[in-house]
Amino acid sequence: MTLLSIEGLGISFGGLKAVNNVSFGVKPGEIVSVIGPNGAGKTTLFNMISGVYQPGSGKVILNGEDVTAMSPHLLARRGMCRTFQNLQVFQSMTVLENTIAGYHLQEGGSVLADILNLPASRRRAKTAEAGARTLLKRVGLERAAEREAGSLSYGSLKRLEIARALALQPRVLLLDEPAAGCNAVETEEIDHLIAEIAASGVAILLIEHDMKMVMRISNHIVVLDHGEKIAEGDPTTVSRNPDVIAAYLGTENAAG
Amino acid sequence: MSELLQFLLSGVTVGAVYALVALGFTIIYNASDVVNFAQGEFVMLGGMITVMAYTAGAPLPLAALVAILVTAALGVAMNKLAIEPARGAPVVSLVIITIGASIFIRGAAQLIFGKQIHSFPAFSGDDPFRILEATILPQSLWVIGGAVAVFIGLWLFFTRTLLGRAVLATSNNRLAAQLVGINTPFVMTLSFALSAGIGALAGVLVTPITMTSYDVGLAFALKGFAAAMLGGMGNPKGALVGGFVLGVLEGLTAGYISSQYKDAAAFIVILGVLFFLPQGLFGRKSTDRV
Amino acid sequence: MRLTAKSATLLGLVVLIALAPLFFPSGFYYRVGALIFVNALAVTGIVILTGWAGQISLGHAGFAGIGAYACALAPVHWGIHPALAVLLGAAVSAILAWLVGRPILRLKGYYLAVASLGMGILISMVLNNERELTRGPDGIDVPDLGMRALLKAAGLDLSNGEFWYFFCGIALVIGAWLALNLHDSPTGRALRALHGSEIAARTVGIDVAKLKLQAFVISAIYASVSGSLLALQNKFITPDVAGFMHSVEMVTMAVLGGVGSVAGAIFGAAVLTLLPQVLTVFAEYEQLVLGLVMVLVMIFLREGVVPSILRKIRGRGE
Repeated sequence: MTLLSIEGLGISFGGLKAVNNVSFGVKPGEIVSVIGPNGAGKTTLFNMISGVYQPGSGKVILNGEDVTAMSPHLLARRGMCRTFQNLQVFQSMTVLENTIAGYHLQEGGSVLADILNLPASRRRAKTAEAGARTLLKRVGLERAAEREAGSLSYGSLKRLEIARALALQPRVLLLDEPAAGCNAVETEEIDHLIAEIAASGVAILLIEHDMKMVMRISNHIVVLDHGEKIAEGDPTTVSRNPDVIAAYLGTENAAG
Repeated sequence: MSELLQFLLSGVTVGAVYALVALGFTIIYNASDVVNFAQGEFVMLGGMITVMAYTAGAPLPLAALVAILVTAALGVAMNKLAIEPARGAPVVSLVIITIGASIFIRGAAQLIFGKQIHSFPAFSGDDPFRILEATILPQSLWVIGGAVAVFIGLWLFFTRTLLGRAVLATSNNRLAAQLVGINTPFVMTLSFALSAGIGALAGVLVTPITMTSYDVGLAFALKGFAAAMLGGMGNPKGALVGGFVLGVLEGLTAGYISSQYKDAAAFIVILGVLFFLPQGLFGRKSTDRV
Repeated sequence: MRLTAKSATLLGLVVLIALAPLFFPSGFYYRVGALIFVNALAVTGIVILTGWAGQISLGHAGFAGIGAYACALAPVHWGIHPALAVLLGAAVSAILAWLVGRPILRLKGYYLAVASLGMGILISMVLNNERELTRGPDGIDVPDLGMRALLKAAGLDLSNGEFWYFFCGIALVIGAWLALNLHDSPTGRALRALHGSEIAARTVGIDVAKLKLQAFVISAIYASVSGSLLALQNKFITPDVAGFMHSVEMVTMAVLGGVGSVAGAIFGAAVLTLLPQVLTVFAEYEQLVLGLVMVLVMIFLREGVVPSILRKIRGRGE
């Protein structure tokens, strides 16, 4: 039943334990959020799950297969895709092209067909373009399709990354702060979008700082502090956990 | 047996030069992540400027000193004029810039010094010492001694002085170094001066043995690079060991296989390292931040 | 219908090649033109490798050397027709590029630059030293392609200069067409994606190492064919074709015109091929000028001359 399971994942940088022995699972259609103060190791955890970093210990199991430290392009083939906290869009390509890039795997095809501009190559490109336009409509970027991605606002780029990830038709989607830098209206839009994606059966793993959003949409929350899992459970349980309040929510409330 | 020893001795001599070039690479690479393809030109300049000053009547030690200082200044100029303006550029752009600088220096050297082969006398005469059944030139001892002295000097500098530690800190984390108040542009200037000066010293030491001309820099760059990669990019100890190993391999290739193909040893080393040992002998793994 | 960048470039190229001879003061310029086309073909390969795949080779002349010597040696030693020798050279270059590139392109940044530099030097070393086969540094004769005679028999009598001008011109148009096809195709998009963000390219399933390797092999074929055409039209070749300076020339041409643009590649090749023909003193200053061009363009005009000008024009139009 569990689609993605994280088993005792850990990594050290220069002797410092950035993430230590973290375990949890994500089921299809479920939204699991990873929260914690800055520097708690959330993005590092994502980087290990998505094959960017090689974990020092532990395993990542995707659909029953051990995919620990597997290269991101192979993970993509197995249905895992992610977005990035600090945005990784293809700046000099158009919004449409960025989204079409997500169809790379489905396009398949050979270089030879591409270089000779054979009908098969053009047909594949056409199919991908049609799909990409539909996706852009879904994330509300259809009017920006022909613009260079570098010229977009931060919030729009976040949505572009989601569209590109959706193009892969992932079974597991890792979203790293999708609502960061977005205004209230945009946040709500992204909120709906994520719920909608989950409803279609995708397992979603989310890092987010907007606590209201996390509490609203998560089925399950994992709390990290100093690289360790200090609590997990449904939003109500977690928000009442004294450790969590001390480590995170408490300071947040005091500050805000 | 005597043959083998002879090949080894000549290998160690050139190896010392490659070690010096590799150390030069390492200093700049550590300070800035730039792989400086113009490193070999510093060796050429060291030899050439000494030749020029010496023929103009300067005593040899003074000529050598002038060559090292002028080359160091040129290294600093290269950093200010070509590397710094392109800070943050992609690796490919930086490779193009340093290769461009290298070709430029080579072209300028050809105009200034001509296309002839130049040399100047050895420091301590040309009477070889006997070691068992092989011989070694006094100048070879200068070269080997020079490489070891530079290595020890660098080691003391980086571990025992405040300035040296600042350079190390910058190479570990540029931003953090800036935050704790290290003047990183100065560290860059210093790295290029050191690196160019060490290259020039290598040129001064080896020219009496191998002679020099405007176009020797490229071969030194390639071999210094091979040595640095063999040792593990960014590791000074690796650079030293890599240089000597490459020199010996080259000496043996020249002796037992073909002197025409001795230069191929460097290329084989580069490919071998890339195929089987991408981190080099003493290298460490790197992780990208996303 | 709106003219796409692809058809605009190709159309411009065909018109230029067809009309330029009207302005030639002498037959000598057919030769210069052919030389420009041959260089532009190699530089188009550099555009694919450096501009699109973000990798740099400092030994591409080695592949040109393989292409050139395939045409010199295969017909004499193995009785292969020169036209097939071009293909043989391309195949050998492709295989070598694959062997060298495969382990290296898994690694980052400057490793290909170093390895290709070494590879180029090794190839030119072999061409210089294996005198029994290559006749060494003095060079070797290359057999005639035989096509001009065929055309003459068919009633089209071209001078040697005219023939090679149009033959290389057609080769360049085909090379540019293939490159532009690639640019607009799914593979080209993936290439540009990995240039933009390698990490994001991986997450969308792009096999970055494989893609870079394909670009390296394709660009090696371009360089090889360029070398073959040079050898065939000169009917003579020396190991200089594989030399380091030839590799540097290719990169500089690409950088000057615009390393991401096929039109830029052709422009860069034209300027740096013409310069030594027009300025005889240039030979002495060649290295100085090439080095300066590389540094200055990278600092002040990173996209190269042609894309920068196009951007200006478009900016004004809006």
